Amino acid sequence: MRSQSRRDFLKLMGITGAACLASAAPLSASTGPAADSDTAIAMLYDATKCVGCKACMSACKRVNFDQNNLAYEQLESDKDKLWDAPLDLSGNTRTVIKLYKESDTRFSFVKHSCMHCTKPGCVSACPVKAMTKDPVTGVVAYDKNSCIGCRYCQVACPYNIPRFQWDRALPQIVKCDFCKHTNLKERGKPACGETCPAGAIAFGKRKDLLVEAHKRIKENPDSYIPKVYGEKEVGGGNHLYLAAFPFKKLGLPDLKEESPTEFSEHIQHTIYKGFIAPVALYGTLCAIALKNKKAQDKLGHTEDD
Amino acid sequence: MGSHHDEYQVQPGKLFTKPFFILLFFVLVGVALIVYRFFAGVGAVTGLSDGYPWGIWIAYDVATGTAFACGGYALALLIYIMNRWKYHPLIRSAILTSVFGYCLAGFSVVVDLGRYWNAYGFFMPSRWQGNSVMFEVALCVMSYSTVLIIEFLPAVLYTLEHSKWKWVRESSHWLYVRMIPDADALHSGLTSVSKVAGHVQVRLDKVLIFFIVLGITLPSMHQSSLGSMMIIAGEKLSPLWQTGFLPLLFLMNCVFIGYSTVMFESILSSYSFKRAYEVHELSGIARIVPWIAGLWMAVRLGDLIWRNQIPNMFAFDKNSCFFLLEVALIGGSAFMMLAKKNRHSPRKLFLSGALLMLGGGLYRFNVYLIGFNPGEGWSYFPSVAEFMITAGIIAIEILGYLTLVKIFPVMPNPTKHYAEEGEELVEETVGQIAPGGVYAGK
Repeated sequence: MRSQSRRDFLKLMGITGAACLASAAPLSASTGPAADSDTAIAMLYDATKCVGCKACMSACKRVNFDQNNLAYEQLESDKDKLWDAPLDLSGNTRTVIKLYKESDTRFSFVKHSCMHCTKPGCVSACPVKAMTKDPVTGVVAYDKNSCIGCRYCQVACPYNIPRFQWDRALPQIVKCDFCKHTNLKERGKPACGETCPAGAIAFGKRKDLLVEAHKRIKENPDSYIPKVYGEKEVGGGNHLYLAAFPFKKLGLPDLKEESPTEFSEHIQHTIYKGFIAPVALYGTLCAIALKNKKAQDKLGHTEDD
Repeated sequence: MGSHHDEYQVQPGKLFTKPFFILLFFVLVGVALIVYRFFAGVGAVTGLSDGYPWGIWIAYDVATGTAFACGGYALALLIYIMNRWKYHPLIRSAILTSVFGYCLAGFSVVVDLGRYWNAYGFFMPSRWQGNSVMFEVALCVMSYSTVLIIEFLPAVLYTLEHSKWKWVRESSHWLYVRMIPDADALHSGLTSVSKVAGHVQVRLDKVLIFFIVLGITLPSMHQSSLGSMMIIAGEKLSPLWQTGFLPLLFLMNCVFIGYSTVMFESILSSYSFKRAYEVHELSGIARIVPWIAGLWMAVRLGDLIWRNQIPNMFAFDKNSCFFLLEVALIGGSAFMMLAKKNRHSPRKLFLSGALLMLGGGLYRFNVYLIGFNPGEGWSYFPSVAEFMITAGIIAIEILGYLTLVKIFPVMPNPTKHYAEEGEELVEETVGQIAPGGVYAGK
């Protein structure tokens, strides 16, 4: 009897394992190369040129106000509700200028907004295609009409960009979409880039901007950290940064080049490729269960006994 | 399940007991707060933020709660696939626990969803997003909840078929003067309901095995996917938990949690309903548990060592402490079950079951919440209202269980056990109800 149960135990282990072994199997073919297309459009933000006027913020909110049902965020001291003064990205704010201060004389502004990743986590995470990446422009956009508000996009974003309207009964996710439905459509440029008086925001083809960014570093090596942020982080993105300080100090996380999104999709696709594994599992289990049930019914453990 | 109706009995006893009303209080508080949430937004009742978009509603109600609800899955695996029919009497109560666990996990998600009115998108193929782990989890959990209800149907149909409809007839007497229902029509109506129930029952019995197997396949899929779900969080999840083995670990984890829930729940309901303990069956289950937990531990530790995480394991910071607690709880309670003596003590069975649920649950909590760090400046602790909503949902589960076992034949019939395969025939307590529910044979 003991050997019998040991065999049964091994059988259980085998079946339990079979259900999931696929997950540990070597990764199969990738779902797509991380290399960006030639047509992708991008934004190059040069922190050394930014003067911190925040005209981009106000233009962004003005243009996209209705689309996301945004609101102004006043400080408590602003009794007349004169100024929009968001402290961070939020359910009311798609882009924000922040200040990094190393000393009274050494400081840098930094603009936060969506990185429009080449392999976006939010798009991969979204169960209902509310987050989409335009195959031509590479713009990652949000569709409130299919969004269920599960906030998996927020979990998946390595930059914590998508924001949720926590205090609303009918909330939306808010994030930059390069003014896809507003300024980009009407005037061919995102509102922030169109407004910037300091020339800190360049807008164009990603491949051209990358060349431009590296050229600026080469021409003024003393002014810049020798790195274009957004070029390779988690597989790269369409929002590029140049700055004089290490990017981590500006609130941009140090990230590996490997994309967790690709890894996640690898695993999911390995398990569910063609839905073969689940169907095979169901078939096998059915065969075993039917055989067992038949044997058991023969033993007389039915309602007739 | 199946046609083994004499295996189960309706738990005798009053419906409206003191625990009933205590639980009802928690349910009502939870429901009131849920109503408030739908008017004031998710932020008004939770401690969530854009850095911590998921809190205890996801980490407990969904990720951990569905594992606690894996008793039905784990037992079905044992009975139908491993051919161990002596555990069959335990399955209905396990299925009932699973029904509540899964349906209420789904309910929690609806409360958690910001734009719940768009959730119909899951049924529109044009919106299906095959890369999304959550898409797979959502469809799978919805299907499995349905399968669980189908698996529980035999108990309902049996009751419908054999009911004498006392309460319907009584209330019809009360209605008689005022609304004048035709007594004959009522009688024939009730008879035909019973007839149909009996008829459906026979049909369902023939195909039930296919649903049962579906009920084994679906949890294998979504329980592993619940692990895959956090892979995309990348470096936000501590390397102590972030690994490609998450799906495998979650799957194995839910199997041993499932068995421990069966142990925990069986002893607890035997104690509170003053029934004989099912030590005989439970000891058999307890024998398997250390092996699955041990295998889980091997994968878990092997993966950590392979990824050079030993310094992080013993850094004794927050993450490391929770990691060590998780390992100690799972390892300790599994170790307890290695000793045959412990497996025959209801107290030890209960204790190790509870500790294993705690440890296994903590692992899931660690993955979804404690090991999750979105970066500087973010923090999360559940608000009182958030906590009360979860408490209310747990109260619904217990309340529903207590109520339904007194209406439907769910509990194992103590006079009807399967013949043993010659193993561990000690301390049979069948039919002997110890005074005060305390196990007598210890």
